[in-house]
Order: sequence, then structure tokens, then C-alpha cells
Amino acid sequence: MNLDSKIPEGPLAQKWTSHKFNMKLVNPANRRKYNVIVVGSGLAGGAAAASLAEQGYNVSCFCYQDSPRRAHSIAAQGGINASKNYQNDGDSVHRLFYDTVKGGDYRAREANVYRLAEVSSDIIDQCVANGVPFAREYGGYLANRSFGGAQVSRTFYARGQTGQQLLLGAYSALSKQIGLGKVKMYNRHEMLDVVKVDGHAKGVIVRNMVTGEISRHAGDAVVIATGGYGNVFFLSTNAQGCNVTAAHRAYRRGAGMANPCYTQIHPTCIPVHGDQQSKLTLMSESLRNDGRVWAPKDKETAKKIREGKLDPNAVPDEERDYYLERKYPSFGNLAPRDISSRAAKEACDDGRGVATTGLGVFLDFRDAIKRDGQKAIEERYGNLFEMYQCITGDNPYETPMMIFPAVHYTMGGLWVDYNLQSTIPGMFVGGEANFSDHGANRLGASALMQGLADGYFVLPYTVGNYLGEQGVAAAGKVTADHPAFAEVEADVKSRIDKLMSIGGTESPRSFHKRLGNIMWEKCGMSRTKESLTAAIEEIQALRKEFWSNLKVVGDADSLNPELERAGRVADFMEFGEILCRDALMREESCGGHFRAEHQTDDGEAKRDDDNFAFVGVWEYKGDDVAPALHKEPLVYENIKLATRSYK
Amino acid sequence: MEKTMNLTIRVWRQKNRLDVGKFAEYKLANISEDSSFLEMLDILSEQLVADGHEPVAFDHDCREGICGMCSMTINGIPHGPESGTTACQLHMRHFHDGQTITIEPWRAKPFPVIKDLVVDRTPLDKIIQAGGFITARAGSAVDANAMPIAKGIADYAMDAAACIGCGACVAACPNASAMLFTGAKVAHMNSLPQGKAEKDRRTLAMVTTMDGEGFGGCTNIGECEAACPKSIPLDMIAHLNRDYAVAQMKNFFKPVA
Ligand SMILES: Cc1cc2nc3c(=O)[nH]c(=O)nc-3n(C[C@H](O)[C@H](O)[C@H](O)COP(=O)(O)OP(=O)(O)OC[C@H]3O[C@@H](n4cnc5c(N)ncnc54)[C@H](O)[C@@H]3O)c2cc1C
Ligand code: SF4
Ligand code: FES
Repeated sequence: MNLDSKIPEGPLAQKWTSHKFNMKLVNPANRRKYNVIVVGSGLAGGAAAASLAEQGYNVSCFCYQDSPRRAHSIAAQGGINASKNYQNDGDSVHRLFYDTVKGGDYRAREANVYRLAEVSSDIIDQCVANGVPFAREYGGYLANRSFGGAQVSRTFYARGQTGQQLLLGAYSALSKQIGLGKVKMYNRHEMLDVVKVDGHAKGVIVRNMVTGEISRHAGDAVVIATGGYGNVFFLSTNAQGCNVTAAHRAYRRGAGMANPCYTQIHPTCIPVHGDQQSKLTLMSESLRNDGRVWAPKDKETAKKIREGKLDPNAVPDEERDYYLERKYPSFGNLAPRDISSRAAKEACDDGRGVATTGLGVFLDFRDAIKRDGQKAIEERYGNLFEMYQCITGDNPYETPMMIFPAVHYTMGGLWVDYNLQSTIPGMFVGGEANFSDHGANRLGASALMQGLADGYFVLPYTVGNYLGEQGVAAAGKVTADHPAFAEVEADVKSRIDKLMSIGGTESPRSFHKRLGNIMWEKCGMSRTKESLTAAIEEIQALRKEFWSNLKVVGDADSLNPELERAGRVADFMEFGEILCRDALMREESCGGHFRAEHQTDDGEAKRDDDNFAFVGVWEYKGDDVAPALHKEPLVYENIKLATRSYK
Repeated sequence: MEKTMNLTIRVWRQKNRLDVGKFAEYKLANISEDSSFLEMLDILSEQLVADGHEPVAFDHDCREGICGMCSMTINGIPHGPESGTTACQLHMRHFHDGQTITIEPWRAKPFPVIKDLVVDRTPLDKIIQAGGFITARAGSAVDANAMPIAKGIADYAMDAAACIGCGACVAACPNASAMLFTGAKVAHMNSLPQGKAEKDRRTLAMVTTMDGEGFGGCTNIGECEAACPKSIPLDMIAHLNRDYAVAQMKNFFKPVA
């Protein structure tokens, strides 16, 4: 597997500019001869499809929802970062770059991150021009806030629905192109495989989710922007349909899968209420600015609270363990996501958890309300408190909120070079689906930035460069009647037939839950060699059971949510094992990946830069054969590696 | 201790677009009051699957009230009885033991049923494709702070932009009017300085498409506002009417499109 990252020569700040200059251009009159396939209509896919069409390429865009406007980018609440320095507080491209590499625990590629910081300003300009109603100050200029523990205020936001507003911006640009006929939009279509011709990606096989029809789509390049794989854990903050299918199928066709073990667990989600739960809801991290996190010091107290025999308000201060403030005096309740999450787990593992399940800690606003008054708290967090009450039925002004960590974001994904091209030539990957910019941990408000950077400003250039290199004679040459399409289509169909015909007794949802349970228990917030080895064995056994005892009702020729889930779970079953293998291979703790064997005396993550400063990339070697590991060394020329400390 | 309830679910079953469809009744036991409405439907699905039947098909994705995918009429009200709440954010504690709950798809001519509770809402996308955008090619934008926007205007645009495109307004309206949806988008874009250049074209094109897709007119009944999970106000329809009248007049003297 060739892992040439193709980082351009020259000083860091000049790389992107000179690279753009050196690119092959496609004459505007020739662009309409090319077809580009974009899978996904979130920030990354939607922006890429719209921008490529604006440039003059013909685009086919696919999403599994009934409208491109519903991609899961829509759920982001907090905001989007950009190095505008509108607050005059010392932000710059270099600082955003530095913060992102440090926040990623020194496991991201310098050149990519620098470009991200560089185009971040253009993103805000673009969004405002498209009509995104960002929050403003009375003077009419854009407002910012500090987010996720950043030392500068660089986060732009639109109430609590930044993701929705950004996505609607990209969606409106995309809609214009659909109206003009430059983009052909395929709603309710799920991509099930990639087609390669002479080693290059030349198309996809998709299933029409309404009619069940399997169809072939040929293109001169393929962009995968299908989001993250958090649902491998069953419960996560992702939407129900989020899946790894597109990425995993690409992996099986030869695309490298990078750093799958880097998953982010968000500390402030609403706790699980029981085994009927289908998803976890995130509460904005901003709550930690005023809420104090605690668990009872004493197990008996915790037990009484769990059983409803003791009102948490009645627990005196000296019996409360404000553990973040205790362990991290200088960052306190604002300690980074990975650290806060692990600390909550420790308290619960110790038997001091609250909520009916024992998997919860308090986020208490009592003192803030006393200090600033209920009105001030209402102004700051009113809508979040309402949402909490709507879901739990508890009033957080009166009784402390309960929170617990949940899977939220996946840093790993398909390996890409500087051009966002995967190891399959002609196949590009953008947004959460690639591994590129966040290293082992993503900073708050940086995923939206990356999705739009990829979609608006990187892919439109690098895809064009690839098409230019192929030459105009190659445009539209490969069509869907090429034998390679028939072959892959037959694979897809036989897989569906197989899923439909097992005739067992267990539903896809039930298998998904069991897989999620293994992943969460053995490969969640804290991982060990034993737990991971066991997880791999258990997943292999579960997979066997899946293929012999799955029950899919309904038929394949109509809308069938059971079949859809079965296909996704089948891929999660294979992918989950790779994730665990990656976690097992990485004998260090970094960012969202915590190996209990690798910690300092006081329980902090211990990185091993001598042996693990590389991207771990997995190559598919066949079913029931272990995948092969390849390494892309990470070279730091502009940043000195250091240990993160939040004490 | 968590409380549970037993329920009778009366739900619309329709195989496909051509099928006539009918209600089916199912019993559900031990539903936790902490479950969401869609989790209750998940449990119903698992129960049906266990008995070898097809589960009830329904649209949903984010399950946090923002993607606009969930769409069902619960006891006669789109998104159910709680105001300002999507079906996915509705919780079972608002129902009681022994209750019968009736669930139907959006009923509106422009939204044909695809299966059970799933309908085809692409006509809403078509309205946006006709003009619900501000043309600014990627890379062509000026600095975001080059043009200050008064906070009041920005806030108003944001209020309008909060629409999640679910179509409950259409389902609630006896005329199947999409005026609230279209009005919200027009108000959002027409009120921003960036959206002024295309204001008249946008308004005319969106209204023409809205009519062409078979949505009815507005007769000021107000059901849409009541059903809207994002509490989009009727003022948005007034805004649309105003901008439409102006655009039509200008168009009469000198075609804008
Ligand atoms: C609750 C929540 C809150 C968040 N808050 C923030 C925040 O405040 N700031 C921030 O920066 N980030 C935040 N994030 C992260 C961020 O929202 C995402 O990482 C980002 O939006 C992903 O964008 P995307 O374009 O890569 O993927 P998505 O938006 O997930 O889009 C994926 C697209 O691919 C399509 N698709 C998927 N699989 C297939 C298939 N097999 N076939 C066809 N189509 C397919 C889908 O239909 C969809 O259109 C949050 C995430 C969550 C879950
Ligand atoms: S106006 Fe309200 S009801 Fe209508 S589509 Fe928008 S959010 Fe839904
Ligand atoms: S499922 Fe997204 S709004 Fe209800």
C-alpha cells in the first residue's frame, strides 16, 4: 500500500498556495464532459457537490435521507472555528494550527492542519455570503465565543443550531445547482459499493431504498463524504442512519483505513435511561462553564440517590466529590473532553455513580444560580435546560442535571493524502469520513470547519487537478456497461440475497445492540490488551452468529428498514474488529485512545512518541484474514511535541 | 422507580403508493415513560419482527428535533400533542396507561404515501431549488464583516431560518398550503442584505413552484403555526405576501426574471 502523503515542498505557510498554482487545470469548456460522483450531502459532500457543479462539472450526489438537507451535520449545536481574530485576542492561522495539532495529541499531519487553519476564514466569508444567520453584536458585526477550553474566542455560532444553519447554506447552494440541472440528486439512495476500473475509482453501486432497485453509476472521480462511524457503538450522539458502509466497502476494495481506534467520547450527554434507548443526546459543552461536576464521596450515599431515597440537594458539600476541580485545579470543570469523560467513568466504576443505572454524575448549577441569579442562567442556557427537561422530565433549576459520556465523533477514517485522495486513485474522501485533520482528539467546533474546508475549498481544487491529470480524452470514457460494474453489482445483489435468506430468529437491531455492548465495554473509554483481545474474539463469534441466525422480515424490492439496518450492521461487525485491532496495536495512550496499561502514576494518558508517532493504516487482505498494518510516519517540523497538561 | 404503561397503538399500514391502506391495531406492554415516542415505535417494530411481521415504516434520523425527518400525525396532530416538539422529542410520559394512540402519515395531496407513515416530501425541496438560495459561488465572498447587519435583522433572519423543513405545516393545513415553509425561507433570505439582489426573482419563483407542486393557498386558519415544532410564526406568511405583491408589481412593469 502506497502511503505517499504528497505534501507539497516549501515552507508550511506557502504549501497550499504553491500547490494550487502547480495544479493541472481543466478548461471551463471541457468541464462539462466530466461526471463526478459525490456520496453524501452533509457539510463536506453538499459543499463539494455544489462547488464542483458551480465550476462546471456534472455531479451526481447521493444521500440516504429523503432530502440532502437532513445530513447529520444538521445536529451540531456549538459552533464553527475560524482564525479571523475578530476579537483582537491574539488568534491567527498559526495559533489555530498549533491548537489543533496539540489538541489532537500530536497525531495529525502538520501540512493538512495548516491548510485547514488557513482556509477557515474563507469559510466564514462564504457562509455569510450564502445567508447563514450567524449571531451578531449590536454593532452589526459577527459575535464569537470561546469554546471547548480554547484560550481565544474564535467560535462563530447561530443560536444552538450552527450545524443546521451551515448545512442549510450548503444545501441552498446545492439546491440551486440541482435546479439548474448541474447536479442530479439521488435522495433515499444508499451506496453499497465502489467500482474500480484499471485501479481507478470509476463509479458506485447504489440501492434505491424505496424500490429496492440496484443501479450502477459511472463517473470520472468519486468523492466519499459519508460521515462518521460512531454507531458501531450502537448508542451514540449520531443519527440513526449514520453508518460505516460506504467507507468500509471502499476499504474492502483497497482503500486504507486509518486510525479507526481514535474515537471521541463527549462528557456531557444525557445518561442512558434503560435498555429501550435508541440514541444519546448531547448537551452542549458550554454548560461546563457554569455547572460543577460532582459525584457523592460515599457509595452508600450514591446508592440512596439512585434508589430515590435521597434528594441530591440534601447532600452537604463535604460529602460531594467535585472530582474535576480536585484533580485538575487549573482547568477544573473545563478539562478537555477525553479527560472529563474518563474521570466520570472512574467515579461510576467506583460505585459512586448516580442515575437509575448508576451510570451518571451530577452537573450542578446550584452555585451558579446562587451567584448570578436564575435569570442569568436562564439567559445563558435556557434552551438547553428546556431540552433536558423535555427528555428527562427533571427540572435542572431545581435538581442537579445528570450527565454521562457518550460516543460522539470519530477521528479515524479512510486514509487520504494531502489532496484528500485515498489509496484508490480517483477516490477522494472528505469530512468526518476521512482521518485527516484531528489526530487522536478533535477540538470542539472544528469538525464543521473541516467539513466545509474540504467541501468548499479543497476538493474542488484537488478533484479538478486529478481530472486534469487524466486528460480530457479520458472524460466520460468509462460507462456503466463496463464489465467491472456488472461484477460489483452481482456482488452487491448476492450479499442482499444472503441477508434476506438466512431465515434465523434474531433481528438486526438486536445484533447491533450486542455489538455495541462489546465495543463500549471492551473498547470504550478505557482499553486494555485483555479487553481488546476478548473483544476481537467476541466480535468474530457474534459475526458468525449474525450470518447464521439473522432474521430480516419483508422483501428486498421495497422500502425495508430491516434490510437497511442488516446491511449496516454487517459492515459494523467487520469494521468493529478492525477498530479493536487498531486499539490493540497502539500500545500508548493518546487523545481519545486510552490504554490503561499506558498511564502515568496519577492516571494521565502516556503517549509514546518514539514508537507511535505514525498513522496506522489497515489494508484489507480478505475475509477471515487479519488485515495488514502500514505506517505513515508523522514528521513535525514546525511544532515541538510536548505533553498535554491540564493540571 | 421508572413507571411503565400499557398501550393500544392504532397505526396506518399501507404497502406502497398504490395500496389503499388501513389502520391496524397493536397492543404494547411495559413501555417506560422515559422512552421517546420513536423508541416506543422501535419496541413495536421489534415485537412485530419477532412475530414474523413487517415493522411499521416511519421516517426518522437525528432523533433530536433538528433534521426534520420524523413526520407522523399523533392523535390527529402533526408531531403530537406537545407544542413546539417534534415527534422524536416527544416522550411517553405525556401519555397514560391504557391509552389508545392513533398514528397516521402526513395527509396532504402533494405528499403521497410511500409506505405506512413514510411520505414523499420532495416538493418542498423543489421550492428551494426554484429560488431558496443566495447566489455566491465558493471563493467569491467578501470579508464576513465587510457588511454589518443590525442585530435585530440578523435575529429575525435566524428566527425564520429555524424551520426544519418537516412539512407539519402542510399536513396541518386543510388546504395543504406550504406558505409557512415558503414564507420562512423567503423571510430569512429576503431580509438579509446579502439576499436583496435576488429578492424579487426568488419570491416569484418560489411561489410559482409552490403552486405548481399542488400546495394550496393560505386562508388564515393558523393550524400550521400551531403544529410547527419550531414555532415559526404566521408573520412569515405575511412577509411572503408582502414581498410577493411587491415583486409582482415590479415584474408587471419590468420583468425581474
Ligand atoms: C450531536 C452532535 C453535535 C455536534 N456539534 C458540533 C459542533 O458544535 N461543532 C463542530 O465543529 N462539530 C460538531 N459535531 C461534529 C460534526 O457535526 C460532524 O463531524 C460533521 O458535521 C460531519 O459532516 P460530514 O459532511 O462529514 O458528514 P454528515 O453530515 O454526517 O453527512 C453524511 C452524508 O452521507 C450520506 N451517507 C452516509 N452513508 C451513506 C451511504 N452508504 N450511501 C449514501 N449516502 C450516505 C448521508 O445521507 C449524509 O448526507 C457534532 C456532531 C454531533 C453528532
Ligand atoms: S414551518 Fe414549521 S412545520 Fe413547516 S416545515 Fe418549517 S419547521 Fe416544519
Ligand atoms: S428525527 Fe430528526 S427531527 Fe425528528
